[in-house]
Amino acid sequence: MSTAIQEPEVQETPNYLNAEYGWKSWLFTKDHKRIAVLYLISISIMFALGGVFAMLIRLELLTPAGDLFNSDTYNKIFTMHGVTMIFFFLIPSIPATLGNFLVPMMIGAKDLAFPRINLLSWYIYVVGALFALAAIVMGGVDTGWTFYTPFSTTYSNTFVITAAVGVFISGFSSITTGLNFIVTVHKMRAPGMTWGRLPLFVWANYATSLIQVLGTPVVAITLALVGLERAFHIGIFDPAIGGDPILFQHMFWFYSHPAVYIMILPGMGVISELVTCFSRKGVFGYSFIAGSSLGIAIIGFLVWGHHMFVTGMSMYAGLYFSLLTMLVAVPSAIKVFNWTATMFRGSISYETPMLYAFGFIGLFTIGGLTGLFLGTLGLDVHLTDTYFVVAHFHYVMVGGMVVAYLGGLHFWWPKITGKMYPEGWGKFSALLVFAGFNLTFFPQFIAGYLGQPRRYHAYAPEFQVLNVMSTAGASVLGLGFIIPLIYLLWSLKYGKPAGNNPWGAKGLEWTTQSPPETFNFPTTPIVTEEAYAYAKHEEAHVG
Amino acid sequence: MADTHAVATEHSSPHLRHHFDDMHQQFDSATFGMWVFLLTEIMFFGGMFGAYTVYRSMYPEAFAATSNFMNPAFGAANTAVLIVSSLTMALAVRAAHLGQQKVLQIMLVLTMIFGAAFLVIKGFEYHEHWVDGKVPLFPGHWMWDGPLAPPQFAHQAQILFCFYFFMTGFHALHMIVGLGIMTTILVMARKGTFGPDYYTPVEVSGLYWHFVDIVWIFLFPLLYLIGHTKNLV
Repeated sequence: MSTAIQEPEVQETPNYLNAEYGWKSWLFTKDHKRIAVLYLISISIMFALGGVFAMLIRLELLTPAGDLFNSDTYNKIFTMHGVTMIFFFLIPSIPATLGNFLVPMMIGAKDLAFPRINLLSWYIYVVGALFALAAIVMGGVDTGWTFYTPFSTTYSNTFVITAAVGVFISGFSSITTGLNFIVTVHKMRAPGMTWGRLPLFVWANYATSLIQVLGTPVVAITLALVGLERAFHIGIFDPAIGGDPILFQHMFWFYSHPAVYIMILPGMGVISELVTCFSRKGVFGYSFIAGSSLGIAIIGFLVWGHHMFVTGMSMYAGLYFSLLTMLVAVPSAIKVFNWTATMFRGSISYETPMLYAFGFIGLFTIGGLTGLFLGTLGLDVHLTDTYFVVAHFHYVMVGGMVVAYLGGLHFWWPKITGKMYPEGWGKFSALLVFAGFNLTFFPQFIAGYLGQPRRYHAYAPEFQVLNVMSTAGASVLGLGFIIPLIYLLWSLKYGKPAGNNPWGAKGLEWTTQSPPETFNFPTTPIVTEEAYAYAKHEEAHVG
Repeated sequence: MADTHAVATEHSSPHLRHHFDDMHQQFDSATFGMWVFLLTEIMFFGGMFGAYTVYRSMYPEAFAATSNFMNPAFGAANTAVLIVSSLTMALAVRAAHLGQQKVLQIMLVLTMIFGAAFLVIKGFEYHEHWVDGKVPLFPGHWMWDGPLAPPQFAHQAQILFCFYFFMTGFHALHMIVGLGIMTTILVMARKGTFGPDYYTPVEVSGLYWHFVDIVWIFLFPLLYLIGHTKNLV
């Protein structure tokens, strides 16, 4: 052992990447770290695909006339952008890659509780994605990612069932991942790793898993009903024979609203790790950040109706949902304030992951606050189905989740691959993402507030300036995604060896070698201190 | 690496998987995992029960009328069959725990027989609906007439029958999966896999089996007994 550590070349030591070779060793692996890498590759492909659709949308909207695509094609493009991005990128993004890799390591376990089910979840994901791809190749879907009835069940002439089956199947990969995380966190913690010492990333993924386990089955049954209704024309959602199309929306949003927290909570977990590490300080209000993750998960199940203020739902229900929506802001604000307080008087350094963390905090704050605008019943009547909604959603999902994902990917890339990425390029593309993102989506707030409706391929000429800005920004943003793809792949071969802990970070995952060995730790670690025990005396000053 | 293997082989049970410290942790994780899975199943069926509840509160008379076309004799028989199968399942888990190999196999076979009996009875029932024209999923197999079928409820009754087929259909699908699981457990039991120190698969499958039975306990009154006005036999 001791000779192995002194060798300078990291590739020489046995690790999870060189433990076995050949495609079989990957496709039949039960190692959570290899499964994380499989997920990383798959969701990157889906992200690229969704990105292509996004660029097509922005190209069409460069001019007010609907000149590039006809309206039917445009409907398909934004639908497929939504379906691929939400169900096949955002939902699995952090839990299935970084979570899969890190949750067992952060709690000192050798693997997730059910390694075979973990591998199964990836295969389920792939099958679901193949169905979605099949729907795209055969001719697409035009219902929007929300599959609203009765359009999806009766009127659409596109491949709704194929796409719905894909989403249905991929849901089970989300469920199995969540189930695995819950059991792992409950039963597999190393000695001394109490609930109060769990890294906040683990708390965030735990809260996410609860939503995945409780919410996803409902969207599964809802999509099953849509498929059956469409196949047999039985009228469950058909108002002509007494069916209730609004019931579909209730059932759909019962999952899909909590699902946006599936998409943002793990990102918040990443930011908690980044902010503490690059401020060199213990986290401010550990239990509040941990508890607010659970709070978001719970309150998130009670607010779905704010997607339906103008659908014909009872006005009293609208009041109730509007009120509860305000409550979600409380745990979200707790997180933002606590991150800020954590940075206060910290010795902050500006490495790439921290730049992404700064970006997240700013963009998520804008995204979250505009969520309050939309949750306000009276204002939402004006803003419904405008670009304001699009901008809000993308501020949370891209400005929040994708930025956090990139930050986390850079932060743990040395651990995953054993190589450093080029820091200069990293910073450059982080700034590019931030600038491109704001240029893309901030004008959409204005356009939406002024009344540009979403989901149309043509628009009034007075919105053109804003839309040109948006399309230009999207190009910059796209470049900001392509550059990391290139240099991260480049670093696999040419990157400097990272060493065990390039950031001087706390956490069990940094105590082991990079890349980690197959069973993560030479011996089961014993935890004796709180999470984020950076400079303890700093906290005393702040208090 | 070497240390890890040394730790793993210390515990002698061949059923201990590499990433668990001991059999106790492995058993706890498996049963807890099954409970979490059953939680997802509750939400899955809960979606259907929720939709059913909405429609029933919208169209209570229509739903009461449709239950006249269900056959409570079949439903009651199936309820009895499933409750007994839950008993034999529980006895199978106990036998595995006590290491009684013969009893375990008998109880598993009995459980499977009752499970299959449920499906056969359900099949007869579906056949009756098919002959009666109460299958709105297929054109030509839906009729709504006679003294028990008030014409104003024709469409709404169609929705209830759809729910009937979805809910009992998804339940039957779970029964079929359960029979597959029981077959696997039986094969493992015949090889003498289970004993006092390792019976996790029997325990976990038992939890699943009981859950599927309980779903039926809710389906029976909601679909067969609401507003039933005919004689029960």
